[in-house]
Amino acid sequence: MRGDAKSMTVLSPRSAAEAVKTYAKVPTALPLAGGTDLMVGWNLGQLNGRAVLDLSRVAEWRRIKVVGDGVDLGSLVTHAQIQAHPVLRKRFPLLVAACATVGAAQIQNRGTIGGNIANASPAGDTFPALAVYEATVRVIGPNGRRAVPMSEIFAGVKKTTLKPGELIEAVFLPFPDQTPTRGVFRKVGTRAAQAISKTMFAGLIWTAKNGELADARLAFGSLAPTVKRLYAVEGFLRGRRLTDVSIAAAAELMTNDVSPIDDIRSTREYRLIVSRNLLIAFLKGEVK
Amino acid sequence: MKLTVNGKKKSFKGAPFKRLIDALREDFALTGTKEGCGEGECGACTVLLDGEPVNSCLIPVCQAAGRKVETIESMGAPEKLSKLQAGFLACGGAQCGICTPGMLMTAHAHLKGGGKCDDASVRTALAGNLCRCTGYQDIVKSVVAAAKGKK
Repeated sequence: MRGDAKSMTVLSPRSAAEAVKTYAKVPTALPLAGGTDLMVGWNLGQLNGRAVLDLSRVAEWRRIKVVGDGVDLGSLVTHAQIQAHPVLRKRFPLLVAACATVGAAQIQNRGTIGGNIANASPAGDTFPALAVYEATVRVIGPNGRRAVPMSEIFAGVKKTTLKPGELIEAVFLPFPDQTPTRGVFRKVGTRAAQAISKTMFAGLIWTAKNGELADARLAFGSLAPTVKRLYAVEGFLRGRRLTDVSIAAAAELMTNDVSPIDDIRSTREYRLIVSRNLLIAFLKGEVK
Repeated sequence: MKLTVNGKKKSFKGAPFKRLIDALREDFALTGTKEGCGEGECGACTVLLDGEPVNSCLIPVCQAAGRKVETIESMGAPEKLSKLQAGFLACGGAQCGICTPGMLMTAHAHLKGGGKCDDASVRTALAGNLCRCTGYQDIVKSVVAAAKGKK
């Protein structure tokens, strides 16, 4: 069965306050941003008879605001907008690179950062970058606003920790205190465009003057139900020099820390080998 | 609900959650836009929304209210082809033709937006448009030729 437009109720709030109020009145409504995921299910007839909370008219959520200590991305900011923004290109290149791998132009023009997070796919393309930049998700609900660290926003496959009635208002990206020495985002899928990832890596390192690693932030996507920060590996590397020995040990730690699954897109073994190779290549400075 | 389609103001009175592609084809009789996969993978249904390529199968028409939609019908006519259309004709860029309106609209947006016309840039721009006759070589050639003004 296909989607039946006549069976749908569309609610179109014009402001954040109105969106929260409307959502409270119709808690079963499905929040709709760019529609790149929701509409696929709807076209298959899976959402007939539902009410839709169309957020696309909430103009205040479309803006990118550069503030003193970071950049505030409205939840309706598209993957295309992120790629075009000069400050994001300069300061958050891993997020820009990730957005360039979401679908292709048609999807990047519609898909939003808030929708990507709310959808909570294990393969969400922006998540590894948001994790290493330590983004904060700002949500708004019946009890006001709260800020949720990226590390706490996901509860599982397709599940967030948003409470009933809450909507994502913005994603805040804090400027790193020091410019990273090296940063990389890599997505591995069946082809460069359109493909959903088998594994994804985002890494930032800061090297001190004496050659030791001052800090590292490393994250994988598609390897676990939610994005995976490699805290153990980061802790191990801090204060060490990157040598063949320390890199091999880091890779060993990483393989103990993740347990990818077999699914339609890839196998556990493939994911593990490729992810390990990505980490090693990044730490050796072989991927740009 | 009001929207602009191919430069003309239109009003739409149907169900607000009707897909843009269905509104275009059924309500506005613009059948040049084709549906391929219906899930945002193939790009056959690409139209321009405020100048940007989008999949019209993934957009409820209510999200196009007050905005500008351009379809393949805005491009050229048989007696007066656009440069891109002429390029596709000259270089064999169309085979079965289902992907062609989407290819043309996406390529049009790319070139109009100042996109580069080398092979790699055109391939990246068209990455969301699938051709199952496997005509990519000639499609890219068509776009490059049109961009460079060659026949």
